[in-house]
Amino acid sequence: MKFRGKVWKFGNNVDTDAIIAARYLVSSDPAFLAAHCMEDADPDFMKKISAGDIIVAGENFGCGSSREHAPIAIKAAGISCVVAKSFARIFYRNAFNIGLPIFESRDLWDAVSDGQEIEVDGDNGTIRILNSNSGPLRIEPIPPFMQQLVSDGGLMKHIAKKKA
Amino acid sequence: MGMTITEKILCRHTGLKELHPGMLINARVDIALGNDITAPIAIAEFRKAGGLKVFDRDKVVLIPDHFTPNKDIDSAQQCKFMREFAREQGLTHYYDVGEVGIEHALLPEQGIVLPGDLVIGADSHTCTYGALGAFATGVGSTDLAAVMMTGEVWFKVPETMKIVFSGKMKKWVSGKDLILYIIGSIGVDGALYKAMEFAGDTIGQLSMADRLTIANMVIEAGAKNGIFIPDDITKAYVAERAKRPYSFYNSDPDCQYADVININVSGIEPQVAFPHIPSNVRGISQVGDVKIDQVVIGSCTNGRIEDLRVAAGILKNKKAAPRVRLIIVPATQGIYKQALQEGLIEIFIDAHAAVSTPTCGACLGGHMGVLADGERAVSTTNRNFIGRMGHTGSEVYLTSPAVAAASAVLGRIAGPEEL
Ligand code: SF4
Repeated sequence: MKFRGKVWKFGNNVDTDAIIAARYLVSSDPAFLAAHCMEDADPDFMKKISAGDIIVAGENFGCGSSREHAPIAIKAAGISCVVAKSFARIFYRNAFNIGLPIFESRDLWDAVSDGQEIEVDGDNGTIRILNSNSGPLRIEPIPPFMQQLVSDGGLMKHIAKKKA
Repeated sequence: MGMTITEKILCRHTGLKELHPGMLINARVDIALGNDITAPIAIAEFRKAGGLKVFDRDKVVLIPDHFTPNKDIDSAQQCKFMREFAREQGLTHYYDVGEVGIEHALLPEQGIVLPGDLVIGADSHTCTYGALGAFATGVGSTDLAAVMMTGEVWFKVPETMKIVFSGKMKKWVSGKDLILYIIGSIGVDGALYKAMEFAGDTIGQLSMADRLTIANMVIEAGAKNGIFIPDDITKAYVAERAKRPYSFYNSDPDCQYADVININVSGIEPQVAFPHIPSNVRGISQVGDVKIDQVVIGSCTNGRIEDLRVAAGILKNKKAAPRVRLIIVPATQGIYKQALQEGLIEIFIDAHAAVSTPTCGACLGGHMGVLADGERAVSTTNRNFIGRMGHTGSEVYLTSPAVAAASAVLGRIAGPEEL
């Protein structure tokens, strides 16, 4: 798993209401949700980003409501992965369950600025900030069970595989 | 080595003899919950994976409470989709408008969740049922879909943080104030991934309503679950509700806690969480002059009969300030009826309150009290994120029902002592 994209930075405690506001929860259509992704945190977010870009956030990303619409909106918006100092636990589960790649890095947030390009290497567990002289940053290893979920294509496919 | 109550309940739902924090386990689920926002995604996933019948029609509970009575065509479509699934599957616990209440008030009230249960819900406030001595935690829609298929869910066994309350609570201080105080002390990720176990001699003074309020908001500290050891109050509460067997668990004397936090409650005054994060808490004496436009008393946090009684005691023979819109939402039909019988509804109407049928509505900015730009609300709900109750330029202040009622009368955030 390797991702390369432009960084969009957010602070600590980005809640799921900011990722996708409750007023849009009348639908679970990924394209509709994506159109309003991060709207209450940054109304122009969807105009600014391009496919493959990466969200970089501080502590406790995705706190609040359990709405799976949040990782669905981020994934459907074309964001390739999210790197945060830490994640709220329901968001963490949901992201793996639906196949949105997420990584924990204690160091990236302080080292990178908005708009810089980075490369996240999930296999090696490192992040490189392109066109900079900073060395590779380490990402927290993903537990083997979670890796299995991702490689099976999410929780439901994992279950189907186990049954078969 | 001994186990905490959380570890024990998880253990009894696996084939294991003992377990410890950090282990990944597969556990059997007693109750799996979804609502009109989260269940449609779960049902679609269930079907996509070839699901035909849910694992147990007595154990999958679907509650249309968020955008109901339906606020628009899209929400009506979502509810219809869920309703048809509930009927097709013959679910025992599906309650529609007229019978339904806010899920986390309804399930304990109806004895659907019981002590010792392992409960998952595709709603973050599923943690509420820890008040009964159950392990209950919020998950996402795909997790719910997986449980509907298999009856099982995976967990990482959490470490436990023990909160020990001592001392006597001041007048007008409630469970809401205690949990706001804790969130203010440890922060919105202060208990991230952990179980919060509540103990200490103050617990005996806390009604089941107070305990439900406290457990409800542990997610606002990032916790996986919150839990109370069952006592006589728990026993009395469930004895009249349970229709199936249940078990009481306790933590072993030699169990391990990751942290122990001691809190003397006698110095705590009513608390107010300022915008835009539940940890931005101040004591009522530190609030200053904050004018308000709306007051909401209700939700899964504070819409129980005890909450309405406190509010009515303050609002009796008084009126909401002319510029304040007061909205009161009994959390279930049972609570609504009891409030009617006790004369509380009449007090509310005389105080110029709009009394609503049970719904999540205003709590998540859905309907029934959405805020405009620049408006401020005092609310007994559990979240005050930017835009939570409406426009991103609006503000939400979280309080107990007592402070909310007094604020409605005075038109600014104020404690009942000022009346
Ligand atoms: S009342 Fe509010 S917090 Fe409780 S379940 Fe409904 S929307 Fe969620």
